[in-house]
Amino acid sequence: MSILAYNGGCVVAMRGKDCVAIATDHRFGIQAQTISTDFKKVFHIGPRMFLGLTGLQTDILTVRDRLMFRKNLYETRENREMCPKPFSAMMSSFLYEHRFGPYFIEPVVAGLDPKTMEPFICNMDLIGCPNAPDDFVVAGTCAEQLYGMCETLWKPDLEPDQLFEVIAQSIVNAFDRDAMSGWGATVYIIEKDKITERTLKTRMD
Amino acid sequence: MATERYSFSLTTFSPSGKLVQLEYALAAVSGGAPSVGIIASNGVVIATENKHKSPLYEQHSVHRVEMIYNHIGMVYSGMGPDYRLLVKQARKIAQTYYLTYKEPIPVSQLVQRVATLMQEYTQSGGVRPFGVSLLICGWDNDRPYLYQSDPSGAYFAWKATAMGKNAVNGKTFLEKRYSEDLELDDAVHTAILTLKEGFEGKMTADNIEIGICDQNGFQRLDPASIKDYLASIP
Repeated sequence: MSILAYNGGCVVAMRGKDCVAIATDHRFGIQAQTISTDFKKVFHIGPRMFLGLTGLQTDILTVRDRLMFRKNLYETRENREMCPKPFSAMMSSFLYEHRFGPYFIEPVVAGLDPKTMEPFICNMDLIGCPNAPDDFVVAGTCAEQLYGMCETLWKPDLEPDQLFEVIAQSIVNAFDRDAMSGWGATVYIIEKDKITERTLKTRMD
Repeated sequence: MATERYSFSLTTFSPSGKLVQLEYALAAVSGGAPSVGIIASNGVVIATENKHKSPLYEQHSVHRVEMIYNHIGMVYSGMGPDYRLLVKQARKIAQTYYLTYKEPIPVSQLVQRVATLMQEYTQSGGVRPFGVSLLICGWDNDRPYLYQSDPSGAYFAWKATAMGKNAVNGKTFLEKRYSEDLELDDAVHTAILTLKEGFEGKMTADNIEIGICDQNGFQRLDPASIKDYLASIP
């Protein structure tokens, strides 16, 4: 079995009209055995920027810490907030620096550009190949199921409340068809002047 | 042994607390060809003298005004060979920044890093400080920037300044002439007039160099367009 699927878990992010959403499950397991059901894989890393990391749990924590190190240095050096775009580029080069001994993670970035308020989503593979489409990005052990759900439910220019409904239904129905993910979920909706965090009640089996 | 004395940095304090190596470097700068920089409302201009010692030199073969990145240009007073190394390093710094952040380097960041490099040459072993002062001009955040970086690693942001030979006269001239709402074309004029202060011999399109930077980026003016500017000066 792939080391990327050792702990299980999934993350999805979507673009809406002047908003973005990112959702994570809560499971932390060791292969089929569930250890904990409160491990959120999405981190609030800037006023309007979130980072989701799926894969090996130890690497999730390490990569999160190392990216925060680089981001904090950038922000003190340049005395300005880091936008999602350069953050993703920096993460891509960080991951590729470990091309032949990679961190076993698949990252997702979601946020709004602090200047233009333009929504931005992006995901990568474990060596940092970036992908920034204008609809949705997925990662984790149920990525295929997530693709199916997102392709069915997502449409352009969703309002924040509609976007919440779409992303919540997508992640819940995707991880219900995957034993390695699930056990609750959290959705974050990022708008210009507001961030909403909602916890979803789901099947716990 | 006496030869071990300078195994470390050449730039060491004199008993009075001065770094004489840096004073020598600044002397090399103030003996060098003059250069000026002026910020306008819609851009920034840098200009310098490029006089040759003999008419046998091929003109326009070695440039003093160089582009560092699309929106950043640089000029110097002092020693040419030292400048070449700084241009190479500045370009590398700009490209490295783009490679990691996929975003053009802010002018302030480039200046800070070039200045840090110059500072390192005052403390490292086996090297001497650079014999140049730089004028770095650029455009970002929808506004022009003009910085000066010295051999010590000190850097300043200017509205307008002059360096090299006759820098004092040049600065006095600029203080009289400068106004905040200067247009780029007027700034080019003022830059030429500043160079003309204390210019020996006849000024032509072939013995000065001008670089301009606005929202469209940096460019070195070709001799033909410099000629047009000169034509409108008595």
